[in-house]
Amino acid sequence: MAEMTTDLVRQPAAVLAKAMAEGEVSSEDVTRAHLERIAEVDEQVHAFLHVLSDEAISAARAVDSRRAGGEALGPLAGVPLALKDVLTMKGVPTTCGSRILEGWRPPYDSTVVERLRAADVIILGKTNMDEFAMGSSTEHSAYGPTRNPWDLERIPGGSGGGSSASIAAFEAPLAIGTDTGGSIRQPAAVTGTVGVKPTYGGVSRYGLVALASSLDQAGPCARTVMDAALLHAAIAGHDPRDSTSIAAPVPDVVGAAERGDVRGLRIGLVKELGGEGYQAGVSQRFAEAVDILTSLGAEVVEVSCPNFEYALAAYYLILPSEASSNLARFDGMRYGLRDGDDGQRSVEEVMALTREAGFGAEVKRRIMIGTYALSSGYYDAYYGQAQKVRTLITRDFAAAFEKADVLISPTAPTTAFRIGEKIDDPLAMYLNDIATIPVNLAGNAAMSLPVGLAPEDGLPVGLQVMAPPMADDRLYLVGAALEAALVDRWGHLLIEEAPEL
Amino acid sequence: MTAITRAEVEHLARLARLQLSADELDHYAGQLDVILQSVARVSEVAAEDIPPTSHPIPVENVYREDVARPGLDRSVVAAGAPAWEDDRFRVPRILDEE
Repeated sequence: MAEMTTDLVRQPAAVLAKAMAEGEVSSEDVTRAHLERIAEVDEQVHAFLHVLSDEAISAARAVDSRRAGGEALGPLAGVPLALKDVLTMKGVPTTCGSRILEGWRPPYDSTVVERLRAADVIILGKTNMDEFAMGSSTEHSAYGPTRNPWDLERIPGGSGGGSSASIAAFEAPLAIGTDTGGSIRQPAAVTGTVGVKPTYGGVSRYGLVALASSLDQAGPCARTVMDAALLHAAIAGHDPRDSTSIAAPVPDVVGAAERGDVRGLRIGLVKELGGEGYQAGVSQRFAEAVDILTSLGAEVVEVSCPNFEYALAAYYLILPSEASSNLARFDGMRYGLRDGDDGQRSVEEVMALTREAGFGAEVKRRIMIGTYALSSGYYDAYYGQAQKVRTLITRDFAAAFEKADVLISPTAPTTAFRIGEKIDDPLAMYLNDIATIPVNLAGNAAMSLPVGLAPEDGLPVGLQVMAPPMADDRLYLVGAALEAALVDRWGHLLIEEAPEL
Repeated sequence: MTAITRAEVEHLARLARLQLSADELDHYAGQLDVILQSVARVSEVAAEDIPPTSHPIPVENVYREDVARPGLDRSVVAAGAPAWEDDRFRVPRILDEE
């Protein structure tokens, strides 16, 4: 235990939780260690927009005293966590990375936060993100970019770059992300961490500030597959306050992570997600991981999903359409920024000035694309057609899952790119999510986990596992088996190879 | 082929309540044109007989008991308002001066 107390921040959540349960260390010690780490490195990384130092310490003390009183606590009690700034937490600033919500303190808890509190998880603070989750690099935050702990000149992925960077920089063992087109999985891939997008409807969206309501899903970010499973189990499950929440038991993700077995499992390689357009080192590490899965007893087959070719185009019609209507609520009347209200201007003028001042470039671009796609005369050709393509993509998945129990692909076509490289080239930026988007359109569950460093740049590569809706447990079966084999080979988790900050 | 002109972008901005500057209109006109031409690829798919999907997991008729629940306290709402007067939201005029 001497080793652990000197390096609490490098321990997985499961190890910390066990040490706390056995009385070897207190939640206050663990929480303080992480707050100190944040104070030490966050100036460089900028993962956090708001740190809850005092609140976290009091919450940790409360957990410690209840434990001392003999109360039986949950499997993550006392473990610290970083929360993406798109989920409301009562009385705590929630900006969504936007100026339009600067200073706003929500009057209620999201269901995710409510469940984290019920699980006695200690919330350390709110993490940076692309404004309203629109982006793949966290450069579109109004509060400045987050940096990748592997190379501070590079992006940590997006939109949940603050969450991925916080766990990669050992500022928190766990984080919450949200994934609309890859915003949990792509940041996990480029930071050498694990991220899971649960089945759509698996985790309540109540209190999640909506980007695209038919695509958004909150999920766990962690450094190990088991930690992700423990967090997944803590936040998932039916919630009557979200009418799209699935009223069925949560798949046994923790049990699957414990088993970690792919023997006899049919794993489908998606022909369309790979090859041309994918960085050499990404393809190489992916192919090696496929060999490992085969050697572990999986049956690897190739599957074809021909309509995936159109997923990106469909997504960039459906998402902006939903976003343009969701973001209409930011009108400067009831909460958030109001600009230009001089007592003379009309409400319409004040709204237009407020939105002009409060939204960043990418948000404006997507609002206008969505407004265009929904306008009369274009609706059938754009939004209507995109919804039909969505059906075809769902059918492609259904056909593929006839032949395979899970599907796999590289998570992202490249490793982390340099900050500034794609900031004013929207199409280049959109291509980062080419392999993650089909899952959101169909509502499936998917995970990204690290499978090595690309030889050409020494940066992390992620592998994506995709499962049918409500078969989230299969992600953990595959993820845990592959992770164990890789750790066996490397002697440690990939994240241990990240340079010291 | 151009999918969208500068004048159309100006119209869209007005519909979306965005008071864009002249520079922004120039910049976005080019970018939106490129994006729209790219997403127009969805029209290459033959999908006449395909039903649209609006939601990935179809859920219909979700009911709950009609039980009254407390709303937010007025003072809590006031704290988040950009302008508050006489216990109400203060908003700009909604009609033109005539």
